[in-house]
Amino acid sequence: MLHIVVCIKQVPDSREIRIDPNTNTLIRQGVPSIVNFYDLHGLEEALRIKDQHGARITVVTMGPPPAEKSLKECISLGADEAVLVTDRKFAGADTLATSYVLAKTIQKVEQEWGPADIVFCGKQTLDGDTGQVGPGIACRLNLEQLTYVGKVVRVDPEARRVRVHRYLEDGIEVVETSMPVLITALKELNEVRRASLPGMIRAARYKPVTWTTADFPDIEVSKIGLKGSPTIVAKTWVPEARKIEGEMISGDTPEQIAEQLTAKLWESDLAEKLGWI
Amino acid sequence: MARERTNDQMPDWSNYRGVLVFVEQRNGIAKNVSWQLLGAGKKLADKLDVSLMALVVGDQVEHLAREAVYYGADKVFLCEGPELKDYRTRPYSRITLKLIEEIKPEICLFGATATGRDLAGAIATHLPTGLTADTTELDVEPHPSRLLLASRPAFSEKMMATILCKQYRPQMATARAGVFQALPRDPGRQGEIVRIDNPMSEDQIAAKVVEFIEQRGGVNLEDAEIIVAGGRGLGGPEPFKMLQELADALGGVVGASRACVDAGWIKHEHQVGQTGCTVRPKLYFAIGISGAVQHTVGMSNSEVIVAINKDPNAPIFQIAHYGIVGDLFTIVPAITREVKKRRAAKLDPTAAFRA
Repeated sequence: MLHIVVCIKQVPDSREIRIDPNTNTLIRQGVPSIVNFYDLHGLEEALRIKDQHGARITVVTMGPPPAEKSLKECISLGADEAVLVTDRKFAGADTLATSYVLAKTIQKVEQEWGPADIVFCGKQTLDGDTGQVGPGIACRLNLEQLTYVGKVVRVDPEARRVRVHRYLEDGIEVVETSMPVLITALKELNEVRRASLPGMIRAARYKPVTWTTADFPDIEVSKIGLKGSPTIVAKTWVPEARKIEGEMISGDTPEQIAEQLTAKLWESDLAEKLGWI
Repeated sequence: MARERTNDQMPDWSNYRGVLVFVEQRNGIAKNVSWQLLGAGKKLADKLDVSLMALVVGDQVEHLAREAVYYGADKVFLCEGPELKDYRTRPYSRITLKLIEEIKPEICLFGATATGRDLAGAIATHLPTGLTADTTELDVEPHPSRLLLASRPAFSEKMMATILCKQYRPQMATARAGVFQALPRDPGRQGEIVRIDNPMSEDQIAAKVVEFIEQRGGVNLEDAEIIVAGGRGLGGPEPFKMLQELADALGGVVGASRACVDAGWIKHEHQVGQTGCTVRPKLYFAIGISGAVQHTVGMSNSEVIVAINKDPNAPIFQIAHYGIVGDLFTIVPAITREVKKRRAAKLDPTAAFRA
């Protein structure tokens, strides 16, 4: 039977974050935590593969203890097991340190429940927006890598091949590769189901497996958390709109305004650049 | 992204020098972002007094190596082979990695495209080093620190953050398309082209690209010279037809603020700014757009901005070259008529007398 690992992250819903206009700082209070929604599309695709071929689904996350809530949500949707990797030492990790811990976690998951055939990640997280953790995990575990996947065309457990559509800026790439493979999910991939009643009951009773650094005897402390993160944020600022001495155009009728505006545009060097004259 | 730490002790990186840009292409046609990155990379290389290098990978792409020189590269590494026709993570990352290990650039830049992100993510992990995603501003501190100041929007583009990588080399970043400016193409420019080998053969590559379905007819905001963009002030999907008429008259395309896209008035491909795209047209009409930072960060580099809004206090007027306070529903059609009249006059100079 296929074993599918789904990596998720509990994130603040950044769409809800506002900037305090007086202090230019983020207002985090009252911002809800959600499962990064791209990750949920990864889980949904795993569930569809499970429905079709049969599979065991293990969900993993690295985060603080409250991330358990997101894992339970995944259980309610149909995941078999959920693992929370949590430790203060993991805090402050950038994408490099995060992919290290998640790769270690997936290796440990494989020891517990068998080798992973497919690993799903979201294309990126809402709070980091980098899309770098997926390729990082694939690189560390030597997995085939299929990013920006908008459609899984077929999964063939016998031939151990998968065919997907990657949605790129200029078109759709139809590509096929072998398992084990890491796939990063777009929201076009599928529509996420709702939790079933038995799923919700199971989730309510479910206690995620929790691992700390103590559960990883060979983990290199220099590669985790802040210490293992090459990138540092030197400063943050709120971009100020470039202010310019603009010209206001007014008139008694729309026609007058339009006449004045077009006259200005046609007199400027734009007209020549754009081939109007 | 980690918080700042106090450790300012930097290792000796004096054997890492130069700026390397990855040139992205499909079927022998380079992505514009590649030349934009060479433009950005040139500034960094000049400040650091080092050479600007480019890497071109593909099948029959020698002409792109020459183009890279025309766009500012001093030295271009060229890796060609039929197995390299389509981008695939394994061979492309192996080639790039091997080159980086050999030439030791201090800075490596990739487009923040699907391909650039896929490739850079794999390479940074392998090296390992720090990688900053989706940068919109690039600068360097002068010698001796030579630090890349990679700045990017954060928190749904509500803030900017400058990211440093002090303890590792090379410093890597992906950069957003449409933000940086390419140098003017100079076919007289001289540079060195160095061929390199692909260490992988086809049978070592599991991934097979079956087909590429090109998407034409979509909106290309990034390359558009004129954008007529609408915002919440339009009140619904219907007025976008009016904007399309103005765009057609001007020879431009229609853009939209996120609010309109979220409301379902227009497709996502029209979105400018926040998680949409960054544009730099010659002429930008902001119609019924108030001018929230999330939007302006994506369009404020337009050469000429015309804002039309009923609210005289709308922040968009602070960045507009021409501002019109009034009812967009009467003003926009009037402008369309006037534009048509003027353009007809160019095609037929006598028309002006008959109008």
